[in-house]
Amino acid sequence: MSAKPKFAMYWAASCGGCEIAVLNIHEKILDVDAAFDVVFWPVAMDAKYKDVEAMQDGEITLCLFNGGMRNDENEHIARLLRRKSKIMVSFGSCACEGCIPGLANFSSITDMVDTAFSTITTDNPDNIRPQSSYAMPEGIITIPTLNPVLKTLDQVVEVDYYMPGCPPESHQIAAVVDLVIAALNGKAQLPPKGATIGAGNSTVCDECPRKRNVKAIKEFGRIQFIHADPELCLLEQGIPCNGPATRSGCNARCPSVGAQCIGCYGPAEGVVDYGARLISAFASVIDSNKPEEIDKILDGLVDPAGQFYRFNLAGSLLRSSKSAQKG
Amino acid sequence: MQRITIDPITRLEGHGKIEIFLNDEGNVANTYFQIPELRGFERFCVGRPVEEMPLLTNRICGVCPEAHHMAGAKAADAVYDVDPPRTAKLLRELLYMAFFCTDHTTHFYALGGPDFIMGPDAPVAERNILGVIHKVGLEIGGKVIQMRKYGHEVVEMIGGRKVHPCTSIPGGLTKGITEEQCAEIEKMGRWAVEFGQFSLQLFNDIVLGNKAYVDLILGDIYTHKTYYMGLMDENNKVNFYDGKVRVVGPDGKEYVKYEPKDYAANIAEHVEPWTYLKFPYLKNVGWKGFVDGPDSGVYMATPLSRLNAADGMATPLAQEEYDKFYKTLGGKPVHQRLAIHWARLIELLYAAERWVELATDPEITSPNFHTIPTEKPTEGVGIVEAPRGTLTHHYWTDERGVVTKVNLVVGTTNNYAPITMSIKKAAASLIKKGNVNQGLLNMVEMAFRAYDPCFGCATHSLPGQMPLEVTVRKANGEILDVLRQFVD
Repeated sequence: MSAKPKFAMYWAASCGGCEIAVLNIHEKILDVDAAFDVVFWPVAMDAKYKDVEAMQDGEITLCLFNGGMRNDENEHIARLLRRKSKIMVSFGSCACEGCIPGLANFSSITDMVDTAFSTITTDNPDNIRPQSSYAMPEGIITIPTLNPVLKTLDQVVEVDYYMPGCPPESHQIAAVVDLVIAALNGKAQLPPKGATIGAGNSTVCDECPRKRNVKAIKEFGRIQFIHADPELCLLEQGIPCNGPATRSGCNARCPSVGAQCIGCYGPAEGVVDYGARLISAFASVIDSNKPEEIDKILDGLVDPAGQFYRFNLAGSLLRSSKSAQKG
Repeated sequence: MQRITIDPITRLEGHGKIEIFLNDEGNVANTYFQIPELRGFERFCVGRPVEEMPLLTNRICGVCPEAHHMAGAKAADAVYDVDPPRTAKLLRELLYMAFFCTDHTTHFYALGGPDFIMGPDAPVAERNILGVIHKVGLEIGGKVIQMRKYGHEVVEMIGGRKVHPCTSIPGGLTKGITEEQCAEIEKMGRWAVEFGQFSLQLFNDIVLGNKAYVDLILGDIYTHKTYYMGLMDENNKVNFYDGKVRVVGPDGKEYVKYEPKDYAANIAEHVEPWTYLKFPYLKNVGWKGFVDGPDSGVYMATPLSRLNAADGMATPLAQEEYDKFYKTLGGKPVHQRLAIHWARLIELLYAAERWVELATDPEITSPNFHTIPTEKPTEGVGIVEAPRGTLTHHYWTDERGVVTKVNLVVGTTNNYAPITMSIKKAAASLIKKGNVNQGLLNMVEMAFRAYDPCFGCATHSLPGQMPLEVTVRKANGEILDVLRQFVD
């Protein structure tokens, strides 16, 4: 048996983009392989669920866990891997804050299932809904039960570190791999428990190459209705860019190519409520003192709920709407 | 009744599970292929600004976000009835060709191809990308990595990000490319064409040169005579980015050809209570269950379907391969599912040739990459070919361009019924009188791999092993036998 520390990576309710981002660290994967005994990583190797169950508690040194908690099975595996792992990293936006699938928490699970099974192409005269357990003529077959609301990983188990991003940038993943390997060799120290790793401590604006002239705006615009100036701050051109509230670490990837930041790196350091921070940032660029005019300017934001909680609803103070909690 | 449960252990109990029931004689009574996942994009995209749809729907799949980004952008164009400038369309398609080259390469070399290159009789431990490298030579591993890297670089240059691109907006793109970038993209494209030729030569030498392999492709076990779907240009040549959807019947003759906006008149989705995924079928033929033939609305949408639905390929080298494909396999259409692997390589070559065509178009570096929409937003449909099948996005909005309703018919979903049928046929062929043949594991695995399904990316596992565990139970739950592959 190898004496190397053990590594695991798992995907719960996710899109697979986190795994692709890890594979995109290219030759660094070989460093992971050299430093760790990869014991469990469904995308990269054969995965032995029963072997994980058979492990000692805490036997896995490092577990990168991505994906949200959409159903009872996701939670079951989260608890199992938590028990078996010394260092559990909440990896990527879904695990950290719910990501785009967390927007489901604005409506009830019944509403979500009803919508999916009544679209214009759905042929469903008997109004069938998927059942967790269903008796077919040959026997009972089962599928997992959906949670009333999508939860983040740390709402189900304790996590040691948070690594934000949708997906985390590959250069940040490579840096974290280097740090953990150095720490295991006694050449570096791991950050305190609960820290955010693989990201910056400021905002996307601080990394953005666009020029800011502290110019105020009279209206919010939308990206499809302007030919944006390639040099100037998008927010100052009226585009509702989430850079001011969003954690740095991506090198301002989207604003650099003319697209507004949509907030995938989550709340900036020290921000308790992402939406509140963004609202105050937007308020600060509004060129008016008149309440009525301000209201009119704010009407230019056509989807405030989505704008302010696009990636982090499930992890926010709101977490979900009341109707969603009722199921 | 005896029951066999197959869990793809790569995703544990999640994201795909097969239940096989045996009758009193020990033969297959029925099989169920269940998808246990639902995230609800059709509900929570409601209320969002339509320009965000190409960004939100990216998150349906991190393996093929480019496909959702493109279908979303085209649907959003249609919502505003805006025609992007030619340069924007060329750039989107260029990004998309680079993505196709990367995706098809990953599938052929890491996932599906090893079954052929190593041979179905090779020890399971060798049937993976490492086995391929050992057999064909170390340099092949470098080439595969290079192809994937080039593809991702082009996606990033045009789309702004390697995963979840962000530059497509209603009316075009947020940015263009420079002459320097274009020169680099062209160079990479020319390399990709050589790589495509190399891959087909490899297939030719190893697979077609071996009668046993050709017999395997032409065998009955994965043959289903269904309808075939694909997006076609005005000359009925395969096109991944734009055109009309053409469907041919089991006889190979055109059944219908429709504009993207008319998809709902042609496609419906059947519902079963034991799975979260729906089963699309041809509405005007009708749902007759999990059966093939001209009276069943079941259709397939894969690389093979696109070739079957087309009159040919739009680029010269791919056209030569297309002709050879049908000559070798006995004419059109080809119903044997394992031929999907070969079809995928022909598409890889087409995507690479098209990549070069687009990169050398004089308008590709034009700064005219965005048209500002002027029409009132209403409703729109966008269709592209995802690597795993025809992808349809349909959005309705209010007068502010805020989404009020969404319908999505996603690539792999098209193939849910055919995959279910292939699993059942494989199981029925291999399980006789209660004897569960060890070969079942490999045959079921090959059924999955041919379609390259992306049910929550269930089989996107590297290095091409799909660990399966089959548990045979008596009706009372007592375990009779456990068969494993890649698990120990």
